[in-house]
Formats: sequence, C-alpha cells, structure tokens
Amino acid sequence: MPKQKTIAATGNVLVAEAMRQCAPDMMAAYPITPQTTIVEEFAKFVANGRVHTEYVTVESEHSAMSACIGASAAGARVMTATSSQGLAYMWEELHIASGMRLPIVMANANRALSAPINIHCDHSDIMGARDTGWVILFAETAQEAYDNTIMSVRIAEHPDVLLPVMTTLDGFITTHSIDRAEVMDDETVSAFVGQYVPENALLDPERNVTHGAFAGLGGPYFEFKHSQRLAIERSRDVVKSVGAEWSEISGRPFGMVETFGMEDAEVAIVVIGSTAGNARHVARGLRAQGMKVGVVKVRCFRPFPYAELVQALSGVKAVAVLDRAESFGAEGGPLYLEVRSALYDLATRIPAVDYIYGLGGSDVKTELIERVFNDLADIAAGTAEPAGLVYLGAR
Amino acid sequence: MQQQLTEIRWHARAGQGAVTAAKLVAETALELDRYIQAMPEYGPERMGAPIQAFTRISEDPIEIHNNIEHPSVVVVLDESLLPIVDVTSGLAPGGVIIVNTCSAPAVLRSVLGVADDAVVASVDASTISQDTLKRDMPNTPMIGALAKLTGIFTLEQVSDHLAKTFGKKFSQEVIDANVAAVTRAYEEVQAS
Repeated sequence: MPKQKTIAATGNVLVAEAMRQCAPDMMAAYPITPQTTIVEEFAKFVANGRVHTEYVTVESEHSAMSACIGASAAGARVMTATSSQGLAYMWEELHIASGMRLPIVMANANRALSAPINIHCDHSDIMGARDTGWVILFAETAQEAYDNTIMSVRIAEHPDVLLPVMTTLDGFITTHSIDRAEVMDDETVSAFVGQYVPENALLDPERNVTHGAFAGLGGPYFEFKHSQRLAIERSRDVVKSVGAEWSEISGRPFGMVETFGMEDAEVAIVVIGSTAGNARHVARGLRAQGMKVGVVKVRCFRPFPYAELVQALSGVKAVAVLDRAESFGAEGGPLYLEVRSALYDLATRIPAVDYIYGLGGSDVKTELIERVFNDLADIAAGTAEPAGLVYLGAR
Repeated sequence: MQQQLTEIRWHARAGQGAVTAAKLVAETALELDRYIQAMPEYGPERMGAPIQAFTRISEDPIEIHNNIEHPSVVVVLDESLLPIVDVTSGLAPGGVIIVNTCSAPAVLRSVLGVADDAVVASVDASTISQDTLKRDMPNTPMIGALAKLTGIFTLEQVSDHLAKTFGKKFSQEVIDANVAAVTRAYEEVQAS
C-alpha cells in the first residue's frame, strides 16, 4: 500500500526529494537562482549517502548538459536542473539531447531572461526551449512539481518515447514558497519508476553503437528528425497513461489539460503554471456571483494537447490566453499561438484575446484576472471587440 | 473561502528571524490540518535591511500565489521600521497589527494612525527575548503574541511545535527558553 505523508516544503525541496526517490545514476548541475536549492538539497542527499548518484560539479550549464548527454548515452539514468540564463546557455546541448534520444530529466525553475537583469518568474526561458524536441511539463503548485518530476522519468524512459523531459515550476512563486504537499514513500516511487534499461548504451561491449554521428550529405538527418516527430507524437499517449497510473497511486488527478467550471462556462481563461491557481480563485468568486466563467490549465506544453483544448473550449463565446512570455513580432505569446491554432479546427470561430502578464515576476493581482474575465464577458455579450494583444497591468 | 483565509505580513530587519517565524506559524497550522503558504519577499538580502515575509493559512486549499496586499494580520518585529516602512499598508478592515515595542497600545495607535476598527497590540518582545533567550531575537515571542490575538492556534500548540521542530537541532535548554519566550509574550501582549 502506498504511504504518503503531509509536509510543509518549498517546490524546490519537493523536486529534490522526487529526484532522490527516482535515484538517478548521475547528476551534473550548475547552480543558478532560483534553481539553486534543488541541486543544493540533492548534493546533501548524495553527501549523506541517502542516494547513490554520481554527482558531477561542472563549471557551467553548457558543461552540465554536455556531461548529462555523455552519461545518458553511456546508459545511465540522468537528471539535472537549471533556470533562465542557464537554460539559454544549454541551448545547443538541448537539441543534442533530444536528437540523440536521451531520456534525461531536467527541472527548470521558470525565470525571466536578461536584459534588463531580472531573477523573478516568467516563462521566457522555457518557451525559448519549446522547439528543442523535449517533452515539457508545467506545474501549478509544489505538489504538481513533485508529481511531474516522478512522472517525467517514466515518460522519458518509455521505449515508445526515449526523449528528454523538462519538468518546470515557477521561479520563487513555486520554487521558494513553502506549501502543503503529500510525499510518497520511497518504495512506491522506486517501484513506479522501475529500473532504467537502456536500449542503446554506449558502454555495452556486446553491442557497439554510435550516437550523434555525421548524417549530412544525403545521410539520414531528415529521417532522424521525422523519427523525433513520431516519438513526441507517441509521447501523448504515454504522458496520459503514466499520469493516469500515478494518479491512481497518489490519489491526485492528472490531465494534459485540467479544467474548472468548463461544464457551463461562457468565457474562459487558458493559462499555464502557478497563475492557473489565481485564475481559478477569481473564477470561483465570479461564479458565486452568477458569472459563467471557466479556467483551462495546460499542464503539458510539449506535446501540445490540441484535442483536449478544443474539447474544453468548444462551448465558449470568448477565450483569453494568459502568456507569461513574449514571441516578439508574432501575433501573440507562445501559448496564444498554440491556442489559436487549436481553435482553427472548430466550425465556429471563437474570439480570442492574448494577455501578456507577469513578465519578470510582475505580480498577478486578483483584480487583473477579474479584468480579463470582465473583458471576455463584454466580448461574449457583443458590447466590445477583442482587443488583440494586451499587456495586462503594464504601467 | 475568502473569510477562512488568514493572511499575515511580517515586517523585520534581515537577521531577526521573520522568515523563520513565517515558516513556524505555517508549520504549526499544518499540524492542525490547515492549508498553508509561507514565503519571504524575494530580493537582495543584507543584514539589518528592512524585509517582509508572508504566511497564508486556510481551512481549504490555497489557490492564489500573488503577493499579500490586504493582510488581516501585520507583525512588526522591529519598532525602528515604523518611520521608514508603511507597515499598515493595505491592512484589511478589522485587521490586527502587533508591534514589538515597550510603548502602550494607545500610544502605538496614534503613531500608526490606523482605522478605529483595527486592533493595535504591543508586546516588548525584545526584552522578553533578552530575559529568556539571552539575546534580542524577537521572532518566537511574536508568535506567542500572534496566537493570543488571532486564535489561529493555542499557546500549547505553538509550544508543542517548537519543541518538536527545535528538538532536532537544539538543546533542551534552548527549547525551554523559546517556549518561555512564547509563553511570556502570550501573557504580556496588550491590545487596544
């Protein structure tokens, strides 16, 4: 029987705990705010003998991901964590990890990118990595960060997938806030993730393989990329089934898309990360006053859950997308582009508005979310036109 | 939900233990099966600089993650902050403000200039701390005052939690001194 205990801990402490329970063979990491306490906690576990992981301290994030790639190709279960500039510095390695089909699990503390310098939460870093071929999960709470991290191992290492996974949580808001969470016993997590049996380990003297070789000049590069596309498409079902299995054990729901009030909502907010909670909190209050509002939270960004999103939004009269990242020069932020694309499949056109919010940790005040729902109600009633792109709460 | 949510803002100088206090209060509430949040104000840290910390306590899961703008309780660990930090900013109607000071609540009320429905309380946490802990560490006594004024937990529940959590790190002497500090503040805090 799974045994869980309720504790008070930060998101980072919970991610480190999940990583310890998943017992990676190797971790290489470089500290960066607000990820630091993940690798600090994990280093303590190693030093105290609570996990038998080869912990490699490196001189940069570029080296951290390089070391992870080497160890993963050799056949090890590998984990790391980063944030912001660190993730940006890993950029070329991120493509190598997915291109070599290495099931590395990396936590990212979502944080703004310079310039100007900012250490606080937004999704600029992670959204910059959205096309690197990694599976990307978002957590609303410390609890979800814990659960997603455990699920990531199974998703990454699944034979139908074999892709690296990023398990992300909002910088400071989730990484550093102490929250109530349930932690599973070690045996249950250990049994859930199982032992990693690599299919193409470099360190297998019986079966010699090459990873990441030259594939240009008529070589199979094009076909390799096609196989990555097929793999991340297959990961949809794996994300769902692994989520369902963990949900059964933990008693906590998991959906690629999670909804609130959508059974009768006339207008809805689509959102990712910690702000989903703020949106639900406001929606609860407005629903009590009789407004038919709903919230759609996207928990898995890559692969993007188009079908689930369309299903959730098919009955609404207006949609707002909250984007905590920019895609300068595009029609809206990264989430908006996905949502609009998903809505194209519907017979009826639903007006959609993009709200860029919370960049660099700018506070997501309750009245800002209320304003979004009120704007949507006006659009749904036909008394206002969709505004295009709005910088929510900018001075 | 809203009425069951207690939002506490802590004002202190870095090094006075406000972040620890915010956490201790959350953990004590967790033991009563409450939902909790505790977070520091994130930014550069310098000893002695004014800082804030926050605690949320609720009967139901807490979904909001924004800053606390309208605290129902404000705790000020250092009186010298009063002229330089707007500690009463956004205090909710009928809110409580507790200050570590030897001034009487009536004097404090005129200094703070709060609404008539606000509860103003004073406790000399620094002297209590000097007497019991032999140093000026006002954070734990302020939790005693907080328990008395808000009723979010009892004196016994705080003392039990302190014994449990400090028991892992500190000697019985230190635990006893902290429990004595909390108890004295609980008994001595005065409100108007």
